[in-house]
Amino acid sequence: MSDATLTSPAPRVETPFRRFAAEFFESKIAAGALVMLLVIIVLAVLAPWITPQNPYDLSQVDVFDSRLPPGSDAFAGYTMWLGSDGSGRDLYSAILYGLRISLSVGVVSGLIALVIGMTIGLIAAYAGGRTENLIMRVVDLQLSFPASLVALMLVAILGKGVDKIILALVVAQWAYYARTVRATALVERRKEYVEAAKCLGLSKARIVFRHILPNCLAPLIVVGTVQTASAISLEATLSFLGVGLPQTEPSLGVLIANGFEYMLSGRYWISVFPGLALLATVVSINLVGDHLRDVLNPRLKK
Amino acid sequence: MTATLEVDGLCTHFFTHAGIVKAVDGVSFSVGKGEIMGLVGESGSGKSITGFSILGLIDPPGRIVSGAIRFQGENIANALDQRLQKLRGNRIAMIFQDPMMTLNPVLRIDTQMIEAILAHEKVDRRTAWERSREALGLVGIPSPEERLHAYPHQLSGGMRQRVAIAIAFLNKPDLIIADEPTTALDVTIQAQIIYEAQKLTRQTGTSMIWISHDLAVVAGLADRIAVMYAGRIVEQGMTDDVIDRPLHPYTIGLLGSVPSANKRGARLFQIEGMAPNMLALPPGCAFAPRCFAATPACSQEPAVQDVAGRQLRCFNPQVQEALS
Repeated sequence: MSDATLTSPAPRVETPFRRFAAEFFESKIAAGALVMLLVIIVLAVLAPWITPQNPYDLSQVDVFDSRLPPGSDAFAGYTMWLGSDGSGRDLYSAILYGLRISLSVGVVSGLIALVIGMTIGLIAAYAGGRTENLIMRVVDLQLSFPASLVALMLVAILGKGVDKIILALVVAQWAYYARTVRATALVERRKEYVEAAKCLGLSKARIVFRHILPNCLAPLIVVGTVQTASAISLEATLSFLGVGLPQTEPSLGVLIANGFEYMLSGRYWISVFPGLALLATVVSINLVGDHLRDVLNPRLKK
Repeated sequence: MTATLEVDGLCTHFFTHAGIVKAVDGVSFSVGKGEIMGLVGESGSGKSITGFSILGLIDPPGRIVSGAIRFQGENIANALDQRLQKLRGNRIAMIFQDPMMTLNPVLRIDTQMIEAILAHEKVDRRTAWERSREALGLVGIPSPEERLHAYPHQLSGGMRQRVAIAIAFLNKPDLIIADEPTTALDVTIQAQIIYEAQKLTRQTGTSMIWISHDLAVVAGLADRIAVMYAGRIVEQGMTDDVIDRPLHPYTIGLLGSVPSANKRGARLFQIEGMAPNMLALPPGCAFAPRCFAATPACSQEPAVQDVAGRQLRCFNPQVQEALS
């Protein structure tokens, strides 16, 4: 037996991840968006160390500093490069702190919704029959309402607070994940490797979570990215409407809402800078998500 | 001698909207310890469904309607799922047709092999890993350590089928059902795979059901052959007997349509017509409309009869040499 394929040394292990990374960075826009997203995340994480003011600490906020235009000097001495808002908070500091809240609320609610939606979707796909019908009709019902309406209703019932906002966002979004996972899992469970896994005597749970789930990850990652972006903007929407996070710990949406009343009097910066930060965040996440979809979708492969 | 597997009057039917498909209809055979049985037939003759029935992997709308499947004396037809799950991969293993599809693309080979061991035995991962490596060595895979770390897409088709065979033999099963395991491979690899499978069954005393549409493959491998047509075994006997002196007109047709060197230039024998629609089988012998030896008696259903040490379902066995 001297089959060439049998005797040649194994190639350097080309993991699916390496291949994927190489493909991802082929696109300049996506690479740029990813870099921007990373910068935003780093800025948000490092906020307490790189900002001149802690906007949550009322002793550091001076009312005499309120509504200063960009570049003015604060009473405490430092320069407010992005100006200050109605209560005298340095906007640069407030935006970075706001980003922290917006990002963490978006990511946490996105992850919880992902885990819940994924599990429910997998169960639906694998169980089939009546269970599947019941679950999917609930999903349909949920998706027939706009996510913002569902979230708004829930927050109105639950009240304010970070935990309640996260809960509302999870409830508003799990159905997207459930639907995506079920669609993929339905295709995967018909594949022969599932039959083969059954022939090995593996348990149902093992087949679903160990064999089918990893094969459903690609679309899940894409939906996860896009949904996280929409969770962030949904949170901003709720906060802007005044039903989201409290004034004392402003997220980007709260900052935008605070500045909104000054727009017509020419003090644009109070709303515009937080708005730009929100825009940059959501757009970069969406660009990354879009490109992930292109890379991970075998049908779009060249 | 108690047979490893005895299938007795197995009927697996599919209840579709268009009607009842009798995919397997009264199939009986037995496989002794260490014996290789070839199950031969055209596409749709019910050979794969027979295999899946044994493993209890028939999904609705199909089910085993009647008959017994005695595995080492225990009837496992319509047994509880927990019982079957203990047998699958452990006492009865399966090898599939397309090695490109049967290994999970996102899991490494070692993950999949270790998992197969741990599903049935309480051993630590290290031991399971060692055994996986040994198993890969047994099926003729060079540098098994490296292959264990590979993903399925990094292996060639022949290599993947070797891995699949190694997985099937991992838990030293008593019976392996191989569903056309060489069909998707090219001829040289086919021969190697058959060689490995045969060697392993001889070494381990495992019985095997080798499902194939290729008589030539089965002839060189199996101890006994069962020929299936439209959900029934029409002829069954020792390989040499069946190949050298086929009795059923269908077997004769199958053998005659294999091209070979000593028939060069001559017209190949052809079975007239097409495989029947399983929803509307002809009454009586399903093969009668295509049979060269059909008589009016064939509108009745032929019973299984013993002719010259063989089980046969035919009114007009071609005892005299029909092919020459």
